[in-house]
Amino acid sequence: MIEARFLTKSFRDKKRGEIFAARDVSFRVEPGQIYGLLGANGAGKTTTLRMLATLLKPTTGAATIAGHDVVTASTQARAQLGFLAASTALYGRLTAREMITYFGELNGMTSAAIRARIKVLADELDMHEFLDRRCDKFSTGMKQKTSIARTLIHDPAVMIFDEPTLGLDVMTARSIVKFVRDCKARGKTVVYSTHVMSEVEKLCDVIGIIHGGRLLAEGTLAQLREKTGEQDIEEAFIKIVGMEDAK
Amino acid sequence: MNWSNIITVYAKELKDSLRDRRTLMSMIIIPTFVMPALIFGVGKIATTVFSKARSEIPTVMVLGGETSPGVVAALGDSKKVNIVPTAADWKQQISDKKIRATVQLPVNFERDLAAGAAESVIIYNYDGELKSGFAANELEKFFRTLRERAVATQLARRGLPATLIQPFETKRENVAPPEKVGGNLLGGIVPYLIIILCFTGAMYPAMDLTAGEKERGTMETLLCSPVARVDIVLGKFLMVLTSSLAAMVLALTSMGVSFAVGGAIFSGGGAKVAVVGKVADATSAAASSVMPSIDPAGVLGVLAMVLPVAVLFSAVIFTVALFAKSYKEAQSYVAPLIFVVIMPAVVGMLPGIELNARLALVPILNLSLVCKEMLSGIWHWNYIAIIFGSTCVYAGVALALAVKMFDREDVIFRA
Repeated sequence: MIEARFLTKSFRDKKRGEIFAARDVSFRVEPGQIYGLLGANGAGKTTTLRMLATLLKPTTGAATIAGHDVVTASTQARAQLGFLAASTALYGRLTAREMITYFGELNGMTSAAIRARIKVLADELDMHEFLDRRCDKFSTGMKQKTSIARTLIHDPAVMIFDEPTLGLDVMTARSIVKFVRDCKARGKTVVYSTHVMSEVEKLCDVIGIIHGGRLLAEGTLAQLREKTGEQDIEEAFIKIVGMEDAK
Repeated sequence: MNWSNIITVYAKELKDSLRDRRTLMSMIIIPTFVMPALIFGVGKIATTVFSKARSEIPTVMVLGGETSPGVVAALGDSKKVNIVPTAADWKQQISDKKIRATVQLPVNFERDLAAGAAESVIIYNYDGELKSGFAANELEKFFRTLRERAVATQLARRGLPATLIQPFETKRENVAPPEKVGGNLLGGIVPYLIIILCFTGAMYPAMDLTAGEKERGTMETLLCSPVARVDIVLGKFLMVLTSSLAAMVLALTSMGVSFAVGGAIFSGGGAKVAVVGKVADATSAAASSVMPSIDPAGVLGVLAMVLPVAVLFSAVIFTVALFAKSYKEAQSYVAPLIFVVIMPAVVGMLPGIELNARLALVPILNLSLVCKEMLSGIWHWNYIAIIFGSTCVYAGVALALAVKMFDREDVIFRA
């Protein structure tokens, strides 16, 4: 489970003073649920997810990952977490097997457990052909599969995806969407951030609309449609964001 | 701190770095081959150039030779110089390297010499030009012999023994053991090379493991793992330190092997050997004295003293490179540090700069000076303790700073 309570992150800027990248963001995601964080570029999605992934410390507020506080028990929280983002790359000079093994070791797994897990993941993701090739020679699809295997090596209870389809071709993006669905089917707690409306429609059980660092609205697709009176998610999004900007 | 995690990070970084050409160059290839290249490459070139210059019969001009035909003829017969006709632009000809030197004989030099009252002979050459120097040497040698012969003739004419003007001779003999001679010869250059190689050995992996990872996006991947940041820093830092020490150990080993092999080759070859800017005729005996041997205890001492400096370099470069967003930016931060390192290392090479309590606290300069002493067999234990202790403190502070920087969000996620 993921629980964020009034998560706030501010930075000091010499010219602009205190800048809030995220402000009082609160939401809760249950196991087997996909929470979609929908927002434009610079809305505060990445900052919020980085706080959940313990990469950034909240200025105020708190969050827990599978019951572990992201500040006071950050190591335990990360042990329950798989984080996949466009910015989480692979080591080009390592092979896919070495890459996955490295993260298995960092997660405290034994060599035998890593070997067994790699076999399972390579079967599932159809990776055997390139498992022992260096990552810098991979196609985008191969890289994504290796990244997925890297995040799943320790079978985490919570998955966070930060714009994972950014810059990917249609086929690779589809495989990512399928993988996110599989995570849900396995009972994992999933947070999925994107600015692609169609992905939200396809995937998310609950959608949170974030803008200017604030979570403006939250609900199922049906609830957001009802709230805005718009059938199209893009129109609903524009309406919610527009109302906030008009204030 | 979890040593299992530190070793995991270190092992991965080692594997990764050994597959990186830039790191391989700075860690293994340059340190291993720089000394043989210097000794055999530059040495061979210097020897060849020197031999070629030596074998050339210099062209000289004689001014005022009309009144001393016998002297001019004797100079020509010596076959050591090639006399060309006198010309008014002889100075320009020396500058243009058309002739190598000119000798000016006083009027009636031959007659006055026979009478025992000749005036000065002036030799003109181009200072700093090797071949011109050789020509001047040959002329000096000829006129010295001429003078000695004239003195001997005068003495004989008066019935006096030749030993009258040289009742005894002076000889100089070396009492310093070969390793001390080697230490003095190499004491300046070896610490300098070690310091530079230690620094460049650490430079590339430090940039690759910090700014390089940020640029490639692998830093965020790594930070998502359930490993404490201090473990990540120490794992990475140990890799940088390994590279720095490997560069230094390989350089020292390569240097030792080069001198051993070079000594064997040169002492058997009867060639001329150039070492540290000095050129010497190399008969077997001379060559063995020119190819310096180093006190093994001195080498071990240098290794021990370099260790905290390598830690200091690794931690400082690591911290500086961590600020950069990209490898290129890291290069622009780290490259100027070379001058900070070179300056004290060069000062340490200067003759007359000696180790004292105050200089023992100046990082890098203290290492340069103490290494010079240790390689010459001088062991000032009080200074050694101060240097080792102070450098350990500096290294500890730098490492603590690296850990602190790695924990700062504005450094790791600098936009």
